[in-house]
Amino acid sequence: MPKHVVTANRLIDGAVVYLTDCGGWSERIQDAIVADGKEADAALTAAADRAVADCIVVAPYLIDVDTAADSSVLRALRYRERIRSDGPSIHPEFAKNLKG
Amino acid sequence: MYRYDEFDHAFVRQRVDQFRDQVSRRLSGELSEDEFKPLRLMNGLYLQLHAYMLRVAIPYGTLSSRQMRCLAHIARTYDKDYGHFTTRQNIQYNWPALKDVPDILMDLAAVEMHALQTSGNCIRNVTADQYAGAAADEIEDPRVWCEIIRQWSSLHPEFSFLPRKFKIAVTGAPNDRAAVAVHDIGLRMVRNEAGEVGFQVLVGGGQGRTPVIGSMIRAFLPKRYLLSYLEAILRVYNLLGRRDNIFKARIKILVQQVGAQVFADMVEDEWQHLKDGPVELPDGELERIQAYFAPPSFEPLPTLHAGFVEAKDRDPAFAAWARSNLADHREPGYAIVNLSLKPVGGVPGDATSAQMDTVADLADRFSLGEIRVSHEQNLILPHVRQKDLHSLWQELTAVGFATANIGLISDIIACPGLDYCSLANARSIPIAQQISTRFAELDRMHDIGELKVKISGCINACGHHHVGHIGILGVDKKGEEFYQITLGGDATETAELGRLVGPALPYDKVADAVETLVDTYLEHRQGGERFLDTYRRVGLQPFKEKLYATH
Ligand code: SF4
Repeated sequence: MPKHVVTANRLIDGAVVYLTDCGGWSERIQDAIVADGKEADAALTAAADRAVADCIVVAPYLIDVDTAADSSVLRALRYRERIRSDGPSIHPEFAKNLKG
Repeated sequence: MYRYDEFDHAFVRQRVDQFRDQVSRRLSGELSEDEFKPLRLMNGLYLQLHAYMLRVAIPYGTLSSRQMRCLAHIARTYDKDYGHFTTRQNIQYNWPALKDVPDILMDLAAVEMHALQTSGNCIRNVTADQYAGAAADEIEDPRVWCEIIRQWSSLHPEFSFLPRKFKIAVTGAPNDRAAVAVHDIGLRMVRNEAGEVGFQVLVGGGQGRTPVIGSMIRAFLPKRYLLSYLEAILRVYNLLGRRDNIFKARIKILVQQVGAQVFADMVEDEWQHLKDGPVELPDGELERIQAYFAPPSFEPLPTLHAGFVEAKDRDPAFAAWARSNLADHREPGYAIVNLSLKPVGGVPGDATSAQMDTVADLADRFSLGEIRVSHEQNLILPHVRQKDLHSLWQELTAVGFATANIGLISDIIACPGLDYCSLANARSIPIAQQISTRFAELDRMHDIGELKVKISGCINACGHHHVGHIGILGVDKKGEEFYQITLGGDATETAELGRLVGPALPYDKVADAVETLVDTYLEHRQGGERFLDTYRRVGLQPFKEKLYATH
């Protein structure tokens, strides 16, 4: 089973964000906390729901990520999610996932 | 052009104030997303893949230079410095922050614009021929009627919650540039035998999952009855349209189910009750609105300006541009100028704030301050003197809007697709970029002639692929982007839906496929045939054979 991270859009500006291990939200998928297994998924989902109630994000959901090749690099599995994490393919200059 | 009266100003400002209050209640947590979503959608604000997206209506595709400057200002101040002109004569901003949207709407209100009726199950922004008020082939300016429909529909409580969204398009010319046959209601201004002007009424056209060419339910409707007749159509639909199934809720499904003739009879019955009643335009109202669309003061000029002819002889690049990017104006000595938002390898329909500002300046200097937006995602300067064309062309070249490709293979309609849209299966824009790069060579493009390529990233068909001469539809195959190709679609007065050529192709094979289709056409072309003519004569088979022999 693939591992998961939680993504959402930030309420105030709509930016794509990922739940991080300190309970915050980052624009970089690299910073996301990875859930491995059902219990971890449930814990992340619960944290995301709290952030919805606190008006921090909207529409959170779990996405599949690929950590197999190199566990230090997080990549969304579905192409749609890669476009969300990296920005429009036609505007590489908007990429948020750049190193640094 | 139409100017808001006191009532319009107050109405739009009041809506902005309401929305400001709703946004602040959302940000403070007083409103949940479920409560807020329908409110933001009523104000044209979507949540897309990357961010919020604000869709601003450009009613019947008409903009003043002042309004264009405001659109530029919004792109620069609140967004990533560009906007996207859509296939429904709207502009979309892809990156506004929720907290800024009330300010954006206030800025728009100051130039008599808004984002109302750009979402939801209401009568959407009415679209029109982009050459309205300028075209040589026009019977009457359709914008007068678009504005009348806009006013009637904006305030009509009964039609704010229809079974589904509802789109109306109007053309005042026999050459249909507004794709009226693929709208819920399509209106064509026609003359009857007595020489009076009225409407031919089509109903139940549409694209999306179930594409349908509209059925003509009335050959001639006297103009004064337009509102009562539209109201009759909407009433029949509102009563019988399916609200239980989103895929069956469009009027086209109803018309298909009961049959066009039965539907026409029901409308006719309903109309008898409404005709000459309170819904008709009050006396003087038509004249009042018509006055806003009075033609600007054109100079008396000779039909053909000698300098224009000489410039074409002298300068082949200018001649090529004049061949593809100009259209005939109703006034002697004037031309309609298309500004291509389809540079080779560019994003169809995108313009930066600097480009928008330049267009506004050019409109002031060359086109009596007027600009138009087409559903094919280009801009138009509608009233340019022939004697100014060469200078204008030079300035357009400098700003990147002079690609001589209007109506040609690289003048591609492409929806935002998976690069922006949360409903998409596949990307549209990069496919358009690949095709326009492949066919970048101007002589080749002109030799191929009229060829309309239209690309949608999903079955919702915002990229009009069903009516592309070559239509391209993104589909998802096990998480990979694939593309179905249809041939022979046509959005004009000879409207037809394209037919599927064969199995979908992967992302990196689409440009090759288009090239194969073009080569097949060139092999079979006779005389001055366009792609569509050849296709209609030889049928799908030769294209299919070639395409799947090589792939
Ligand atoms: S056709 Fe589909 S992908 Fe394209 S803009 Fe419309 S909904 Fe989005």
